[in-house]
Amino acid sequence: MAQKDLSVTEIATIPPTAPIWRRFSPLQRMARFAVYLAVVMALVWSVRNVQIIPEFLYDAHNQMADLFTRMWPPDLAYYPTTVHGALIETLHIATLGTILSILMAVPIGLMAARNIVPFRLVNEFAKLILIASRSVNSLVWALLFVAIFGPGALAGTIAIAFRSIGFVGKLFSEAVEEANSGPIEALIAAGASWPAVLIKGYWPQVQPAFWSIALFRWDINVRESAVLGLVGAGGIGLVLDTAMNFFQWTRVATVLLAIFAVVIMAEIVVTQIRKRLI
Amino acid sequence: MSVAEDHLARSASRAPGHAAAGGNVLSLRNLTKAYERGKPVLREISLDFPARGVVAIIGPSGTGKSTLIRCINRLVEPTSGAVLLGGTDLTKLRGARLRAARREIGMVFQEYNLVERLSVMENLLCGRLGYVSLWRVWTRRYPDEDIARAFELLERIGLADFAVRRADALSGGQRQRVGIARAVMQSPRLLLADEPTSSLDPRTSVEIMELMRDMAAERDIPVIINIHDVALARRFASRIVGMSGGSVVYDGAPEGLNDDHLTQIYGRRETGGWIE
Repeated sequence: MAQKDLSVTEIATIPPTAPIWRRFSPLQRMARFAVYLAVVMALVWSVRNVQIIPEFLYDAHNQMADLFTRMWPPDLAYYPTTVHGALIETLHIATLGTILSILMAVPIGLMAARNIVPFRLVNEFAKLILIASRSVNSLVWALLFVAIFGPGALAGTIAIAFRSIGFVGKLFSEAVEEANSGPIEALIAAGASWPAVLIKGYWPQVQPAFWSIALFRWDINVRESAVLGLVGAGGIGLVLDTAMNFFQWTRVATVLLAIFAVVIMAEIVVTQIRKRLI
Repeated sequence: MSVAEDHLARSASRAPGHAAAGGNVLSLRNLTKAYERGKPVLREISLDFPARGVVAIIGPSGTGKSTLIRCINRLVEPTSGAVLLGGTDLTKLRGARLRAARREIGMVFQEYNLVERLSVMENLLCGRLGYVSLWRVWTRRYPDEDIARAFELLERIGLADFAVRRADALSGGQRQRVGIARAVMQSPRLLLADEPTSSLDPRTSVEIMELMRDMAAERDIPVIINIHDVALARRFASRIVGMSGGSVVYDGAPEGLNDDHLTQIYGRRETGGWIE
């Protein structure tokens, strides 16, 4: 039964009343065109609104070259005396902040998961907390906690923790909601209590996602905690801020290199661990 | 209802000692379930299950077989009626007492419902979750006798070498064996099975039905199996319950099930007979 091409005569025999098939209805086509138009208009509007000053743009490459020559060579002697300690503090802020955020995010994430808590109101309340956490930038959180706890690593750690709750909690609750309900049903049928169902039914299913989320957030937090010092919340950002305020560009270069190295290292560590987990 | 009476008479005559105390392990009284008001999926089902034997519930899909079996251990909440397990009405129970009743009812599922990322051994031990304290579950310190029983059962189902294998590494038939062993780990008073062979090939289906029948016989407990395969039901069941439109339309011995009954259960095909 080889596939036959439609010959000219056969095409001619297709009755004029043959049903016509189109992917989209006319209304849908109009709607799609409207969306394209809106995107283009948004682009034009934003470019006009940003007000690029041409004079600044023309000599940007000169300024950049100038900055690089001032930075070169990096003041590596500055690393062991000041940068190293601040870098370690940054890692501590990221790690502690991530652990704290997980401790807070897991119960809230469970509350947000509809298959765990079958009450709409509780779900929505938990989601509100998660959104509130995410909608505030970590620098803003840091400003807030510097005002409360005073400048230093504590404020930074708490800021990182609060900023991460939303991220960790949302992804965690989604992972829980995606858990297969079959095994859960089986454990309930075996007479398992609710916490036993959580431990033996949900946890094994959610575990890979959980570790993946935690590591990913730690990776992000290493980068975020590097800038917290700009608002006085401890870490390497403080050293960077000082060096920039005193126009010590060779020291700035050392700090930037250190941050770059640590971010790359965090990336490698996370990738390696995730490979082994999944 | 002469067929039903006939069946009751038969089952009473061949039920010795075990069933003497009361006769029936499980009784359903006027069990009704309506997911939507006024549209009952189950209509006033009353059935008695004596202390042994394989009962097959047959019927077309969407006729409430699955709902019926899930109403027994209240995975689905019945709208009205009673589920009497050894004289206790399960529909009245809550919390710890409901869990204690559930652990006496083993259940086997169509999709096996194993915890895929846990080992075969841990899946078997999940059958003990209703008995073991939360602390022991959390720390994986299950009682020695449970572990010994699990090893015995693995030997019995022919998967002795698979104890540390992860459940998702098993074939469908192997998974269903583990599912049966998990249900038996509960030391249940009866076994429920919801389409246990629907995801399996014909040969494995027969093996699974044999395993369930034999394991139940060894433990002297009854099995209630939802199944749409009439041939398998006839071959393995000692009693067949035919359902249609949420009601029981046949209840009796497999030999008594004739083409008229099947037509009544599954409906007539306009283009001709489907019954061979």
